[in-house]
Amino acid sequence: MPKVIKNVGCPYCGTCCDDVEVTVSDDGKRVLEVKNVCAIGTQIFMHGGDHEGRIKLPRMRQPDGSMKDVSFEEAIDYTAKVLLKAKKPLMYGFGSTNCEGHAAAARVMERSGGCLDNCASICHGSSFLAIFDNGYPSCTLGEVKNRADVVVFWGSNPAHAHPRHMSRYSIFPRGFFTGKGHNSRTVIVIDPRYTDTARVADHYLQVRQGHDYELFDAFRMVCHGHEDDIPDVVANIPKEKILEVAEIIKNARYCNFFYGMGLCHSDGRNHNIDIAISLTRDLNEFTKCTIMAMRGHYNITGPGAVWSWQFGFPYCLDLTKKTMVHMNPGETSSVDLAMRDEVDAFINIGTDAGAHFPIPAVQHLKKHPFITVDPHINMASEISDLHVPVKICGVDDGGIVYRMDNVPIQYRKVVDAPEGVPSDEEFLDAVYNRMVELEGDGFL
Amino acid sequence: MADKILLNMITQRSIEEGIAMEIGKPSPEYFDACALIEMNEDDIKELGITPNTNVKVTSESGEVVVKAIVARQSCYRGLCHIRQSVWANQVVPPRTQSTGEPQYSGFPVIVEPAPNERIKSALECVQGAVGLWKGDE
Repeated sequence: MPKVIKNVGCPYCGTCCDDVEVTVSDDGKRVLEVKNVCAIGTQIFMHGGDHEGRIKLPRMRQPDGSMKDVSFEEAIDYTAKVLLKAKKPLMYGFGSTNCEGHAAAARVMERSGGCLDNCASICHGSSFLAIFDNGYPSCTLGEVKNRADVVVFWGSNPAHAHPRHMSRYSIFPRGFFTGKGHNSRTVIVIDPRYTDTARVADHYLQVRQGHDYELFDAFRMVCHGHEDDIPDVVANIPKEKILEVAEIIKNARYCNFFYGMGLCHSDGRNHNIDIAISLTRDLNEFTKCTIMAMRGHYNITGPGAVWSWQFGFPYCLDLTKKTMVHMNPGETSSVDLAMRDEVDAFINIGTDAGAHFPIPAVQHLKKHPFITVDPHINMASEISDLHVPVKICGVDDGGIVYRMDNVPIQYRKVVDAPEGVPSDEEFLDAVYNRMVELEGDGFL
Repeated sequence: MADKILLNMITQRSIEEGIAMEIGKPSPEYFDACALIEMNEDDIKELGITPNTNVKVTSESGEVVVKAIVARQSCYRGLCHIRQSVWANQVVPPRTQSTGEPQYSGFPVIVEPAPNERIKSALECVQGAVGLWKGDE
């Protein structure tokens, strides 16, 4: 009889919904049905377990360009040799693996003396830079649900990128002090596009793309009593609207800013986040105000937490000196390393650099050995010299993940992975052991 | 009417792209969800084309052919959006302003009608760029 597993974590976005109900087949190998999960999460669950089309063996590229199945032992040996031969290998990804995998990757790259980076490098990396400079007056999603009567989404579109965020935490749910749900909150959306999130907003500010810093500055001027000096229009927004929204935020009982890629990817980058944090701090003169980054993948917060604990830095780690670590985005970040042709081997884990890096960076990385470790076929796997399939964390592997508010959650396995397929941690540990063996045998 | 127009391009996530990505990047669903440029209706008119016509998008770092549609999550005039995808990344500049993040939002592109040009598949875009594409055989 099919079994229903409750309170399962969803392996899609940083909201990390942990109320998913999964119905699995008698033999525990297939997901039959999922409840309490968005359309994207549904696809991930339905592709887990032992189903047709799942890759079960590593695939090595042949001289004629085709891919040939090889054993996991061959894949481990090849990966270990690539890492040992390379002067400066780069391992990148980790948005869709568990924290145990992140720790294993750190062990491997520490031994091989390369660079280690995660997807934050191309999304919320600038948040880290601003947080280092200016602090992070943040909170948990539970506090937003229970307390926030004003919620601001700035350069963020949760209706598309975090589909259950609004219903679980930020807009619609009834909390301890927000018993009327949506009716007890004022929602403000600031975005150059009239997004689906803007459709549920009480106030929508269509900021001119790339001019967020000016608008933040205008809000700060209001906080500091200089509203008379604001021009009539700032970044496309009339002064009256700025004053109206500023008044709503100042009179809030509790306000939270959620910000996304609209700030991190636009001109200004870390400076946009820096001034957002300063505005949050200023608003605490009037009300209780917090800020939170809308982290993308379900465990992209994880590598930042794990590597900060291990090395003192969350991303863009340069381990080439072996005895010490340094981090310098712009120098040790994946896309910059690629564009300067500084790395001579690339390992892509739990992400798709092939699809999501600008194509000139992909072209540079492909000049050297290129390995993908991922459960599925993706654009990186299709240009790789070696593609290693692994378990899907949250579907056929358990582990710890960090939600966008830095709360760790234990994820569970709900179905069995195809026989013989390892987890990221098991594969990376095997690579590490093989590197130790090869070094002992005098390899190189 | 203009032969080509200069627009400010951004690329961000969409739920259609997210679903299709999990179905599989080589899938027709991913192609249908992402090989698009979302524009303001008046910008499409200025190009002298009707919605759903192919256009060529050129930036400082590359070019790509995609289908022009009127943005449902609307763009104001002068702004355009290609969903985070293989096609968007054909034109995203890799410069990072010393932060590690490429210029995914806010870079100039030239958009011109290309009704007779074919839109490449995701595999063709990426494998073609690194010299591995062997055609549809």
